[in-house]
Amino acid sequence: MRHEVMFAGFGGQGIMLIGQMLAYAGMNEGKQAVWLPSYGPEMRGGTAYCIVQVSDDPIGSPVVANPMNAAVMNRPSLDKFGPEVKPGGLLLINSSLIPDTSKRTDISILNVGCNQIANEEGTGKAANMVILGALIGATKMVKPKSIEDMIEYQFGKKGKRKLVDINIRIFNRGLDIGKTSVKDRK
Amino acid sequence: MRTIFEKPDALTDKITHYCPGCTHGVIHRLVAESLDELGLRERTVGIAPVGCAVLAYHYFNTDFQEAAHGRAAALATGAKRVRPDLILFTYQGDGDLASIGMAETIHACNRGEKITTIFVNNAVYGMTGGQMAPTTMPGQVTTTSPAGRDVAECGQPIRMAEVLSQIKTPGYIARVAVHTPAHIVKAKRCIKQAFKYQAEGRCYSLVECLSTCPTNWGMTPIESIKWVEETMMPYYPLGVKRTPDEGEGG
Amino acid sequence: MKGNEAIGEAAVCAGCLNYFAYPITPQSEVAEYLSRRLPEVGGTFLQGESEVAVSYMLFGASAAGERVFTTSSSPGISLMAEGMSYLSGAQLPVVIVNIVRGGPGLGGILPAQSDYMQAVKGAGHGDYHVLVLAPAGVQEAVDLTIDAFTLAERYSNPVLILGDGMIGQMMEPVEFPDPETIPPPQPRPWATTGMKDRRQNLIRSLFLSPDSLEYNNMHLRAKYDAMERDEVRYESYHAERKMDVLIVAYGTMARICKTAVDVLREQGLKVGLVRPISLYPYPMQVVHEAAQKAKDVLVVELSTGQMVEDVHHAVAGSRPVHFFGKTGGNIPPPDRIADEVRKLLVKKPGKSRKTGRKS
Repeated sequence: MRHEVMFAGFGGQGIMLIGQMLAYAGMNEGKQAVWLPSYGPEMRGGTAYCIVQVSDDPIGSPVVANPMNAAVMNRPSLDKFGPEVKPGGLLLINSSLIPDTSKRTDISILNVGCNQIANEEGTGKAANMVILGALIGATKMVKPKSIEDMIEYQFGKKGKRKLVDINIRIFNRGLDIGKTSVKDRK
Repeated sequence: MRTIFEKPDALTDKITHYCPGCTHGVIHRLVAESLDELGLRERTVGIAPVGCAVLAYHYFNTDFQEAAHGRAAALATGAKRVRPDLILFTYQGDGDLASIGMAETIHACNRGEKITTIFVNNAVYGMTGGQMAPTTMPGQVTTTSPAGRDVAECGQPIRMAEVLSQIKTPGYIARVAVHTPAHIVKAKRCIKQAFKYQAEGRCYSLVECLSTCPTNWGMTPIESIKWVEETMMPYYPLGVKRTPDEGEGG
Repeated sequence: MKGNEAIGEAAVCAGCLNYFAYPITPQSEVAEYLSRRLPEVGGTFLQGESEVAVSYMLFGASAAGERVFTTSSSPGISLMAEGMSYLSGAQLPVVIVNIVRGGPGLGGILPAQSDYMQAVKGAGHGDYHVLVLAPAGVQEAVDLTIDAFTLAERYSNPVLILGDGMIGQMMEPVEFPDPETIPPPQPRPWATTGMKDRRQNLIRSLFLSPDSLEYNNMHLRAKYDAMERDEVRYESYHAERKMDVLIVAYGTMARICKTAVDVLREQGLKVGLVRPISLYPYPMQVVHEAAQKAKDVLVVELSTGQMVEDVHHAVAGSRPVHFFGKTGGNIPPPDRIADEVRKLLVKKPGKSRKTGRKS
């Protein structure tokens, strides 16, 4: 089984970070993983994106033009990558920053108020954790516990216990939204 | 039989290819004497330049690496950084050091590489046949400045010792001449001091030696000596420009 | 681990603790990583003033007897071209990594394979070759970097790792071998370490007499012959049986092609892949023999056609050779490659269809 996802948003929204956390989480479950970022000047405030693949078998092409899953955190990313999602795939949209949604009917669309939810929990900065949670909830790409371990690793190493707890809480709110959406679809 | 005078251990028996009246041989000897007197020969590695001294490795009784044009200071940096116990010296001419190797020279000096550079300034590209160098004097006729160096077009000659003494990193920078016995004695003192600083692990050191090139200057050896005295020395003042004890460069 | 960091750690793992470099995108992470890592292990890290200077710092360090390496990207490698000629002439073992970006000129910073000619045919002047290895993923970049040090010493010759921006930026799981299993550095009795109790050691590329220069060049040639005999590396994927189309690609492009092969084979099409790993020496014989089993050969590169010349050479007119290339940092996904293969399969008999610049 091979999963693929493209994360996209503004530089500074933590796009690369959630991509890396997902890749590491997959790796820690003993799976193959590839994280391929966009890089260079386009990272300075522009649209940043990365592609993550997690697979039981060796991964061939690190490049995926039409990903099965995409998570877009800002408007330009929706315009650029929304049309690229593979038919039958899943598009997660950060509805806090993107008032519109995709008009596509051949894919599943999940609008998530990432910034709003993160703000409710006390830190708007962790909007990326909401979308990551929603993705995991909807796709079961990796075990939620593996992501929680990565949150622990990422923020715990800086001795920021509080940050770990908040991020796990926010991740789980996203996770619930993802899980619920699957039930709704059935 | 009593030995009164002999060749330094750090020189080989090979007869040099240098032209009559050229002072490369004198400078070679001063370097060799300094290495012998400081007991450094057995751990010294020389870096040969591209220029008249390209075959210096035949004349010095030390290990040698031969550099590309201008890159001697980079070779010395690489070797010294991975083997700080070695004594590294580069032996370079003016075209090599002050033109194509300007970047390597300034940055090695600025990083304070613990290497010694012997810089032979004879105001001309010697080996390639007498073309204009960055150190060629105003009005000096060379094969590429047949009407004499036009400073309006080519700029003034570069005073490397002064340029490098602007650098704040501690260093030892001196300019000497080798065309009279008195100057040779002073030059020896500076060259030996330069190696001493390196052996003590203190600083970068460079000694600029005003040298003759009768062949390319189109002069006799005697005329050459006079030209160094009358034309070069007023523009290239001799002396110790900087020592590592000074707080900041001039 | 990110490819760039993995390459840095691979060198440390191989016992190479000396690194000189100049920053350039997309490989500056190697320098950033090693600026922290090397001091931990008592190594030497130095940021040089230019790639020109760096290539000669490698010269000095290698000639002084130590393992040493650098990393750079295309424009920086152009500046090191002079140094590579001198390093080769003076027969110094060094490892140079090129994380290729698009050119010519400043080009772009995205992945490219447009330095194949520069790497394989000689960037600098003179009769010389460097051994060129091209990884297709982060693990292989690690393995080849480690091997590169042994190969450099075996042949007393520079070894170039030719990656691309994708290899450098991509993150994949990697395993580092047990350092015990890595061959230790070979003694370098020729190194300039001070001539106590022995004759002078001299490292040079200058041979003024015709006979001595020819002698040196013939000696180099003999080394290259040995490399061509013993160091050819490649991967063959479904290229052992009869094929409709044989794809030849290297590096990350080959990896994308591999996925395309899977896609096409699932649809019942007979497609195989040969991936040269050593680009010099090039697997001429392997490509030739695989081509004999196929009706058509398709070369895929992130360039306008460089390696395709060696494939032409290998196939020697026995099969039609087609080319598909993308540049500028545009990376064709597997489906795009599959389309190119399908085009060849529907072509009319006796007519060769052109794709890209060369056919």
